[in-house]
Amino acid sequence: MVFPNRLFPTPVAVAVELWDMALHGKLIADLGKTLYRATVAFLIAMAIGTAIGIALGRVRWADRLFASWVVVGLNLPAIVIAIALYIWLGLTETALITAVVLNKVPLVVVTVREGVRSFSRDYDELAAAFRMPFARRLRFIFVPQLMPFVLAAARTGLSLIWKIVLVFEVLGSDGGVGFRVSVFFQFFDITGLLAYTVAFILVVLAFEYLVMRPIERRVLRWRPAQA
Amino acid sequence: MATGPGIEIAIRDKRFAPDAPPLFADFRLSIAPETVTALVGPSGVGKSSLLRMIAGIDTAFDGEVRVGGRPAHQAPPPGFVLQDARLLPWLTAIDNIRAVAPGIEDSRALALLDRVGLHGAADSYPHELSGGMQRRVALARAFSVNADLLLLDEPFVSLDRTLVDELQALFIELVEHERPTVVLVTHLVEDAVRLADRAVTLRGRPATIISDIVLDTSRRARTPADHARFAAQIAAAPAQVMG
Repeated sequence: MVFPNRLFPTPVAVAVELWDMALHGKLIADLGKTLYRATVAFLIAMAIGTAIGIALGRVRWADRLFASWVVVGLNLPAIVIAIALYIWLGLTETALITAVVLNKVPLVVVTVREGVRSFSRDYDELAAAFRMPFARRLRFIFVPQLMPFVLAAARTGLSLIWKIVLVFEVLGSDGGVGFRVSVFFQFFDITGLLAYTVAFILVVLAFEYLVMRPIERRVLRWRPAQA
Repeated sequence: MATGPGIEIAIRDKRFAPDAPPLFADFRLSIAPETVTALVGPSGVGKSSLLRMIAGIDTAFDGEVRVGGRPAHQAPPPGFVLQDARLLPWLTAIDNIRAVAPGIEDSRALALLDRVGLHGAADSYPHELSGGMQRRVALARAFSVNADLLLLDEPFVSLDRTLVDELQALFIELVEHERPTVVLVTHLVEDAVRLADRAVTLRGRPATIISDIVLDTSRRARTPADHARFAAQIAAAPAQVMG
């Protein structure tokens, strides 16, 4: 019964493997690499996507001009973008991060654009009535209305970015969780695969509870009922 | 102590689009300092537009509105009270005041909140306050921006009777104490007869003044009989020739 055992390792075996790879293997280095790529791609994509989203939400002709491009961007297969960029830019860090950013930006754009469109005219009227200057409108009226949408974009965006970073690492990179996973695939090493998956999930959960939730609580504390 | 400015309105022509019929044409009205003037009329007659011209927000008209001798948009911003409380839900009561009156001292903001009966509610978010309390914050906010000129746009709509009475009592108390110039836009004659020194009734397009009544009994001393008498005057007065 060696064969089934190797393909269906016990949780204990996975935990031991995880521990072993963290201490003696490349787990930490791989995680670091993947996290670095995901973080950089995330920050760039959020910044660009939010800016474009605000523009498309506010300026009607811009939206008419670019709305269909956003749809194209949303539906362009991630793998196509990645392969094209790998061919053009080589198997580089820049190509990988650019590919992730290009995949992520349309999603942020759509969410933020929706947010900007939902801005209440009532608050514009209030700002006008009290002659609030632009900087104060930005701070007290625009940004607070936009925040829930930016947070939603961040949350959906992060999950997407984790996943595609890994895929692109499988496709071509010199390390990272995805790269290691493809190595495990070649050796049919399910234990290693699961150990890496667990490590990855732990990081994601830590991020969710130590970063995302506290930020949400702080930014949205004015909301009446929070689940 | 506050000293409300006088307001001189002389609008030659106001319309929303070049080919639309004029909302105002050769419209003149002068409002004495430290009085409460009610603009009464059906919705759509242009009361709110007039209020926005007085506030200096709407400058797209031919003519001139002077507040305290200066063009409206150069005069200090008025204290504005809109139909609903319209607080920013992401700011506490006191931050709602600070957002529109950035230079205000904490002590002054707190005193204003005290004044409207909201002692201890400074750090509450709007959703933690009742509808009536939110309106009180809105009133305090208006005073914090400008205690000399208050513009109220249908401030008592969609409230129940008790709450209206309560808020109107508060309004009267504040006005008698601070003596601002107040322009109150309302479609309800009852609001005008309780609160105003003068009721100007508008009708038609372009809007014309069909009655201009001075309510001569002091607000506090008015009896229901006075209210009824004023209401009858406002409703029935023949159009007066305006100078």
